[in-house]
Order: sequence, then C-alpha cells, then structure tokens
Amino acid sequence: MAGLATSLGSGAMTNAIDELGGAASILAIGTNTTATHPIIALKVKDAVKSGAKLIVANPKEIDLCQFADVFLRHKPGTDVPLLMGMSKVILDEGLEDKDFIASRCEDFDAFKESLAAFDLDTVEKITGVPQDKIVEAAKIYAEQSPASIIYCMGITQHVHGTDNVLAISNLALLTGNLGKESAGVNPLRGQNNVQGACDMGSLPNVYPGYQAVTVPDNKAKFEKAWGVELSDQAGLTHTRIFDACHDGNIKSLYLVGENPVLSEADAGHATDCLKKTDFLVVQDIFLNETAELADVVLPATTFAEKDGTFTNTERRVQRVRKAIEPVGNSKPDWWITCELAKRLEAKGFDFEGPEAIMDEIASVTPSYSGISYARLEKGTLQWPCPADDHPGTPFLHGEKFGTDTGKGKFKPLEYRKPGEDIDSEYPLILTTDRSLYHYHSTMTRRVYGLNVLDKEELLNIHPQDASGLGVEDGQMVKVASRRGVVEVKAKVTDNCPEGTVSMTFHFSETPTNLLTCCELDPVSSTPGTKVCAVRVENL
Amino acid sequence: MADKVQLTINGLSVTADKGMTILEAALRKGIYIPHLCHHRDLDPVGACRLCLVEIAGKWTKIAISCKTEVTEGMVVRTETPEINEMRQVAVELLIADHDTDCLKCARNTQCQLQRVADHVGVDTERLARLREREEKQPIDDSNPFFNFDPNRCVLCGICVRTCDEILNIHAIDFAFRGLKTKIAGFGDKSRLEADCESCGECIVRCPVGALTEKDYKKPTHYVKSVCSFCGCGCGMRLGVRHDQIVSVKGDISSPANRGRLCVKGRYGFRFVNSDERLTSPLIKKDGKFVEADWDEALDLVADNFSKNKGEKFAAIASAKATTEDNYVLQKFTRAVMGTNNIDHCARL
Repeated sequence: MAGLATSLGSGAMTNAIDELGGAASILAIGTNTTATHPIIALKVKDAVKSGAKLIVANPKEIDLCQFADVFLRHKPGTDVPLLMGMSKVILDEGLEDKDFIASRCEDFDAFKESLAAFDLDTVEKITGVPQDKIVEAAKIYAEQSPASIIYCMGITQHVHGTDNVLAISNLALLTGNLGKESAGVNPLRGQNNVQGACDMGSLPNVYPGYQAVTVPDNKAKFEKAWGVELSDQAGLTHTRIFDACHDGNIKSLYLVGENPVLSEADAGHATDCLKKTDFLVVQDIFLNETAELADVVLPATTFAEKDGTFTNTERRVQRVRKAIEPVGNSKPDWWITCELAKRLEAKGFDFEGPEAIMDEIASVTPSYSGISYARLEKGTLQWPCPADDHPGTPFLHGEKFGTDTGKGKFKPLEYRKPGEDIDSEYPLILTTDRSLYHYHSTMTRRVYGLNVLDKEELLNIHPQDASGLGVEDGQMVKVASRRGVVEVKAKVTDNCPEGTVSMTFHFSETPTNLLTCCELDPVSSTPGTKVCAVRVENL
Repeated sequence: MADKVQLTINGLSVTADKGMTILEAALRKGIYIPHLCHHRDLDPVGACRLCLVEIAGKWTKIAISCKTEVTEGMVVRTETPEINEMRQVAVELLIADHDTDCLKCARNTQCQLQRVADHVGVDTERLARLREREEKQPIDDSNPFFNFDPNRCVLCGICVRTCDEILNIHAIDFAFRGLKTKIAGFGDKSRLEADCESCGECIVRCPVGALTEKDYKKPTHYVKSVCSFCGCGCGMRLGVRHDQIVSVKGDISSPANRGRLCVKGRYGFRFVNSDERLTSPLIKKDGKFVEADWDEALDLVADNFSKNKGEKFAAIASAKATTEDNYVLQKFTRAVMGTNNIDHCARL
C-alpha cells in the first residue's frame, strides 16, 4: 500500500473487479487467486475465455497456471529483478507508451538508468526464469492492451515488499496501463474489510481518508471536528506495537478481532509480547488463542448481527445488514468502543447507530463525502465519491494521479536480497500461502464441513527434496527455522519448485508462523513471511 | 431497432433481442415452453428434448427452441399434436426413472420436473406400461455440504456445464452409458474425492432434487448482506430462520460477484451460530476467566485505560469489523486516548 501511495497517490485497486473481464492481458503475480480470491479468479478465467492473455508469475505452480499463456516460475523474493527485467525488455524493444510517459509521468530518466543493472543474463541468473519467457511475457503485457496486473501478499510480504510494488507500478506506467478501464494495478486485499479499515485510518500515520496526522492542517481539521487536542506524532505500526508491549512501553493493549498468536510472523515472539503486556483487552467473537492471554475479553457480534458497511478490494462500499439478534450477550464493536469512551467522559460517542457514524465519516473523509445509507440502499458506491450526486469511481487516475504533482512517479530500483539467506543448516526456503477452505483460523476452523475438506496442515515439498531427505508422502516431519520448530505431515508435490517448501497458517495444531521471519520492510513495516530459511527433518 | 427482431409465438407478437433463442424470447414474454437442461448462465445443449417448437415456413419444421435463434418474421408454435406426443413420451421416460416421493424432496414445489409434468400432464396408466428401475442407486453423501441423489437426477447436465463453463474445473462429467449413465467424478470418484471445490454453484442450478444442501432448513426470509471472509466482497442473501442463519445465496444484483459464491461464502456461515461463540464478557481472576456483566467489564477496562492514556496505550483494529467499527475505534484511540498508536493487519 505504501508503495502505490508514493508512485500513484493511492494504495487501492485502480480498477473494478468487473473490468478484469475486459482486459486484453492480465499479469497475476504473487497471488494464488483461485484459493485467496475465488470469485476474482472466476473473472480472470472469464477473461481468458474471451481471449485475454494470462501471465502467471509465482514460485509455485498454482491452479491458475492451467489457464496461463506464460508461466514465470521465479525464485521466491526475486520479483524486483523479474519485473525490472520485463521493463527493460519493453524499453529495449521500443514498446513503451512514449506519450503517456511524457504527459502523465515523471522521474523516468532515473528509472531508466536503474534498468541497466537488469540485463536478461543477470535477471535469468537471479530469478531462475528462462530469458525467452521473460521476453514473451514482457511483449504480451506491453502489446496486449488494456493490461491489468493483479497481485497479493506474494508481492507485499517481503522485506523488500515496497520495492516489489514499485516495480509493478513502473511496469504499468511504462506501458500506459493506468487511468483507463481494464488497465491498472490491482492489489487484491485480503480481509473482507481491510480496505475500509485502512480508509478509516486504522493506521498509525493517517486520519480517515489517508489524511496524514503529521500535517498541521489535517490535525487542526480533526481537532475541530472532534473537539479535542490531538497528537501530531505518527503512532507505532503493528509489529512495533508488539515490541513496545514487550519492552513495557505500552501498558494497555486493546486488541480487536485479530489472532496474532497464529497470524503474526514469528508468532512465538508475538505471543511473548502479549504475555508481557500489563493489561490486555481482547474483543472477539471466539475465545481464540490470543483471547486466552487477555485480562478482559469482550464478546463482539459477527457481521450477521449488526448493521454497517464493508469496503471491498475494489473500493466498493456495501451495506452489511443485521439478520439475527446478537448471540448471547454479545455486542457490536462500535457499541463497545463507544461505551468505553463514554466511561472516559469523552464527547462525540453517542451515536444512535451505524448510520449516524457513516454520516460523521462522510463529513470528515473527502473520498466518502457522497456516501450515505440512503444512497447505499439503492446500490453500492466505489470511492472516491466526493459528493451526494457523484456516481462513484470505477477506475482511478483517469485525469491525473493522486500524487502531490498529479503525475505518476517512476522509481529507480535495485535488487535486494530476501531477508533470510539459506545456509547448510537451513537449506530450504519456506513460503506461506492460504487454503481455499480456510480464512486464517478463528472462523473457518469452527465450521465442521470446511475441516472435512481441509483438515490439517501439509508441508508441500518437491519430490527431489523429499527423496534427498528420505521423506515419503504423508509422513510426519519436523520443520525448523531460526525461530521455531513445528511438526507437520509432508505432501510430496512438484507444485513447489526444488528448494522451496510451503505451508498455510490456518491450524493452531501446527502454528506455521512460529517459523516465519518478522524482519520488516523498511517503508511499510510488512514482515517478510514469504521467505524464511528452514530445515526439514525426518521424524 | 436494428438489434431487435419481431416474431410471432402462439399467435402473439413478440419483440426479441437479436441473437436470442426462441426459448429465451418466449420465457421473457411469459410464454412457458417446457424445458429442463436450459439455464440462463450456460450455453444451450439441447439435451432434454422438451423445448420443441414448430417453426412455420416453406418447410414447416420442428426445432429445439433453446438452440434456435430468433429471426425476423418467424412464426412459432409451442404446441402441436405432434410436439405434444413427443414431449409426453420424453417426460414419461424421465418420470419412470425418477424417485417421485416428492414430499421428501428438498426441491419440492421448486422442481422443474414437477413444473414440466404439471404442464404436460401425467397419465398414470400410460406410465404403468414403463418398467421401473429395480434397484435404487446409492446416494453420494461424501461431501460435507451437499448430497447427490442419482435417483432424482434427470441427466440434464447443468451441473457438468456449470463446473465446465463457470468454474472451469471439470470436476464431474457423464459416466457410463445407457441406463447406467450417471454424473460422477473422473473414474466414478465420489464428490469428495473428485476435483470438486464444493462451491455449490451446481447445487444452486440443479433443476430437480438431485443435488441438495445437507441439513437444509428452509429460511423464513432473506437479508441482503456481504460476505465476511475475503476482500472480494461478494453480495449475499442470508437465509434466516428464527435466530439462526440457515442458508446463504449469492446476490445476483451485486456487481462484485454477480451471484457467484465460493465454498467459504456459501457454506462457511456456520461459525455465526457456533456453540463456541463468546456470549458474555470475561474477566481473568487468579488466572481463570470468570463471566461478568457488561458494566463490570467496561468499568474495569475504562479504569485501566484512564491511567494509561497517551503513548502507553495502543489499539489493534480489525479488518473483519465494519468500517463504522473502525472509525469509532480510531477516533477513540486518537481523541480519547490521545495517541496515534493504532494499526491493523493490513500488512499481514
């Protein structure tokens, strides 16, 4: 998100999901779309059926590869050289969109210079992808326009995740594949309302609508709206909050609807942090592994028991409606937080309900200004929706980019190694992914049928690696990283390339994130969970 | 009007879109032509031979209306003695091989075969001349979310085509020949062992009671909402019965998914009414959780928070909660607790 915000001025999907159907080519990189976003995957398949070319770039041979014209199987953590290599081919072949670069972009020369380091010999050596495939993919992407890129955590969860994202936006800017229908850069957001949470400023550096807390005008605006004095210092990011709990700098942690004991990279460390927190309040729907550590647990309702909105990955604001009464004595999250605020004698928390909250959101958030429950009754709205009569915005950057200059910014990049090196002690790379049948753990592990369809963690391992270790399909093995050890059943499959193994992280019985690496991307503070050095041992 | 076609069906003047089939034009006009294998989301195959019509012309001919495009000035009749006789035989053959214990069927009153039989008329004496299948075929109940009852299957192929055309997974197909024909996974595998992803798109489209949800309870009403799993944001209609969510349907009007759902969206709702739900605030006393009422729990939390305002406090928000929940939590963190220490799992 931080990457696109700098290069394009917005971190969200530039296009609507439906627009994928109109793309002439699609590059799917770092996304196992059929498992993580099944309905978007259907759209991609529809597009292929109508003639679109599909390029899949992924270390693993994912289901989508069956539909791909080109499959680029690059080594984990080599996205920047792969994408920069494609950019260099496009430029060398003269396939760039010169008008677009001249009229809509800036900093092209520095980017062009940085491409010099990415000749095809070097790129092939680093990524392991044959040169002719890189050339083929580059030509398809540049020549089959409109071209859409979709990506997910396979791009962002790296210590150089921001660079990966910038490499993607460079490629799109270079070919003019932005600001048009079906042409764009589309980060597929993971959680149902991760877009809405970001939009609302559940982030340490921005108020609702991405208004930076460090800009005095923004601070003044919110001080006036809320009638209080506000801090002008950006807060701590997720991982740093945990560290501060560990160090005793944070005394009270109010943790809502998340299960870091399973989902956080280097989960052992995260658990230690939570245990050391003086006062931990967990607000959740289940007594999950994290809630077990709390001092106070507050029971929240699910989406089915409350009104509200979710904003999906394509910036579409949609109404969630209360279908049943709250289970037991549970309460909607907004109500619980408001009750706490009132007990702390705060003003401005006596909302009648979610509709009144949305009215306040619209009053302080420019991109949501035109959104109201009355309008959402008639249909959905994609932000930016700046006025009551504005129809919403299916694709972004049509006239100008959201950056300070209104131009798309090229970024020079260099190849940086993945966070963790393999060595003789930890000779394999572990990368994490998700199952179609689970969403993290708290909800789906409590649905019987989903656990029949996918009941346990499996370590995917290539036949060569398995036979070298004397590991047979279906047997239990020990997986150790520099941070932890788990035991897991092996699944021998050539879906994984030699030297790379993969696991999901849905099963508390096999807490994969005890293994993963929490070294952070310096800009976005995203941990590099997609590359972690491990050793697999026969039990 | 270049994209419109004018034709006559059963003496009625009908305006159709160019490229439409006769069946689509008739159904849109409210003229029923019996059919089983037609589905608006799928390419026509003309397998059930029920939608026969007569097209007048130099050589009057009988055609399958689901595969015949409308043309300007076309004159169509949906029933003639000849068509009725052909249709009657086709329906009788289907019913003779069908488990007609309709009251026990989940699709009772919404069954397309019932509708066809109702329209064509069933003569029990004529039916009696057809020999019934001696043994019932085993039900495939291997999938945790749905059953396949071959005794109620009409071999229309809608499930096969849904899996091919919409999902591109090809998990099931026609297996065996003649009387033994059935729908099965590759190599007669069960639904659980097949490449099936359990999305349930075929269950939704099955015109009869062959594919039905397990433990299905009919909702009293539906409430329009949005799926709470991934970022696709699929529109769905929650089927409610008393205080429970009992079923979920895709919302065709939603631009995000156009009615389609995946296995989690369609069948993953049971966490809502799970027995494990937290139903009361809990306070840890001597290492053990003790139930508390809201006032006690909120007072305790507020008391602690009041002592740790500023940089000693942090909140982790939830990307599962609503936008309104998130707005309130960040406002609370900033305006009440006086810090910007708020983040959520966007990076994870």
